[in-house]
Amino acid sequence: MVPISYHLILSGILFTIGVTGVLLRRNIIIIFMSIELMLNAVNLSFVALARHFGSMDGQIIVFFVMSVAAAEVAVGLAIILLVFRGKATVNADELNLMRW
Amino acid sequence: MDFVTFFALAIPLVIIAAMVIAHPSPIYSALFLVLTLFLLAVYFLFLDAHLVAALQIIVYAGAIMVLFLFVIMLLNLQSDPQRLHQQGLGRIAIIGGVVLVAELLLLLQRSSSGAADTPLPDKFGTVEALGTQLFTTYLLPFEVTGILLLVAVVGAVVLAKR
Amino acid sequence: MTDFIITLTLTILTIVMVLNLGVMLLWVERKGSAILQDRIGANRAAIFGKLPFNLGIVNTMIADPIKLFTKEDFVPLGADKLLHTLAPVIGLLPLLVTFIVIPFGDILVIGGREIRLQAANLNVGILYVLAMVSLSVYGVVLGGWASNNRWSLLGGIRGAAQMISYEIPLGLSLIGIVLTFGSLDLQEIARAQGQLIGGWIPAWGIFYQPLAFLIFLAAGIAESKRIPFDLPEAESELISGYFTEYSGSKQSMFMLGDFIEAIIVAGLITTLFFGGWQVPFLLRDGFHFPWGGTLALPSLLVTLLQVGSFSIKVIFFCWLQIMIRWTLPRFRYDQLINLGWKILLPLSLFNVMATALVIILFE
Repeated sequence: MVPISYHLILSGILFTIGVTGVLLRRNIIIIFMSIELMLNAVNLSFVALARHFGSMDGQIIVFFVMSVAAAEVAVGLAIILLVFRGKATVNADELNLMRW
Repeated sequence: MDFVTFFALAIPLVIIAAMVIAHPSPIYSALFLVLTLFLLAVYFLFLDAHLVAALQIIVYAGAIMVLFLFVIMLLNLQSDPQRLHQQGLGRIAIIGGVVLVAELLLLLQRSSSGAADTPLPDKFGTVEALGTQLFTTYLLPFEVTGILLLVAVVGAVVLAKR
Repeated sequence: MTDFIITLTLTILTIVMVLNLGVMLLWVERKGSAILQDRIGANRAAIFGKLPFNLGIVNTMIADPIKLFTKEDFVPLGADKLLHTLAPVIGLLPLLVTFIVIPFGDILVIGGREIRLQAANLNVGILYVLAMVSLSVYGVVLGGWASNNRWSLLGGIRGAAQMISYEIPLGLSLIGIVLTFGSLDLQEIARAQGQLIGGWIPAWGIFYQPLAFLIFLAAGIAESKRIPFDLPEAESELISGYFTEYSGSKQSMFMLGDFIEAIIVAGLITTLFFGGWQVPFLLRDGFHFPWGGTLALPSLLVTLLQVGSFSIKVIFFCWLQIMIRWTLPRFRYDQLINLGWKILLPLSLFNVMATALVIILFE
């Protein structure tokens, strides 16, 4: 049996990779994918803790996180497509129309 | 889950997740993310979460990532070799990442959760267990999530019609 | 250790059976379509000029695969080599591993040991099948993209949109069956169909859920992109749609995927709606007729009868899909999407609600 800290450390490393992706890349689709990676890291820690404490609550929360992530991706990608129609770029540095 | 299985899954997970953010081509990033989600589903199977693993593949790897691939193909995004040339933010991001991992490891070492795993109830992680909880204790969040998905569908259709 | 060997043997047996049936379906399609269209079909290649009686078997099952595998394997100019090679593999592999949850018999008693004739005993069997069907969308999407050809891309996107639209009625129509039989495990559902309604009629899923059967059949044929839903592959419009730029063994993987998905749909219809391996009135120790007579049979014969009944039903539904293919014209794309979202989806939701209502009222 692997101690629970191993699962949580793995979840933390995946989360950090997601954060680094959001800060490092300029393509907003890749930023969106890094956000999905962060959500999955959190799902991983929920499932590991659910098993550690023997309670189903962790898996229920994973269920809700997945449905919210699906809704968020649908609307987010629609917004990205609209933005692309206006400005023909997906580089986050150039999408500054809302500045002042 | 024993140590061999853990490391056999964890090391590829970390490497492939790093490839998601580091590869120049967006299509390859999306495909690496699909592979990460698939490996996570296998990981969930070893953690006695059968329904969550199946849902991960059906919802995440089978629907959400297909949407991502559609958008990348529609926008015809090409490889971007200039992706990691940031002025100062790149170095700060990497240093911040290392600091975050160090913090997490330190915190986990200090918290002495050496308690053994609680013995699992019968039918843990099966559809019956999840379904019973979902329709009794968590009924309100379940219905609200339904409305949330309806709002998302309507919103996506409205945005796409513009 | 013995368990591992048994599971390994069952898995290999299942996959080999499926691959063989896929190649045989190619021959059935050629000859069946020829008979339907009042022509003879392929009958030239034969052994010693006469065997096997000009049925076209040597043509389709021996010469065609040899031709396909020895053709030149090229990657189009400007296309991504890795993705071009990966697409047919991703398209085929999830479909092949779907079969390990479909039971082809009850139990086999060898030397006092009971072997379940189902390669993998998952308690979320139906969800596993749906998951693997969702993964096979990637083969279409990547195949269209990696060909560096805008018509292939168009076919690929159309195909993927069609597949994800029809996954929803596919899954929803199965919820009625899950509600009726109370389990997601396919072996349990097949076993539960051995009871008798009113003492005479076997409790097959088709009698409980006729609407779900029709929806599942339509959604399954749409999912495998066969005619009348084959616009992504429209042979007279897009040449081969998303697999235009493929030749040789990669094209054979796509075509085999087509037949294997037809076999999956046939296998699922058999298991969920037509009793799987159940022969009416046959229990583990022999026939128990409702008018009182019994006929005791050795368990090996019972197992053989059950496996035979499963095979006959699967072959019947494959043949049905082939007949449908050569009878109906092709849908236009907007008609196709209209059918999926505006007709099949509300019907399957209505089916779920009606089933739940009936179960509560007659509980």
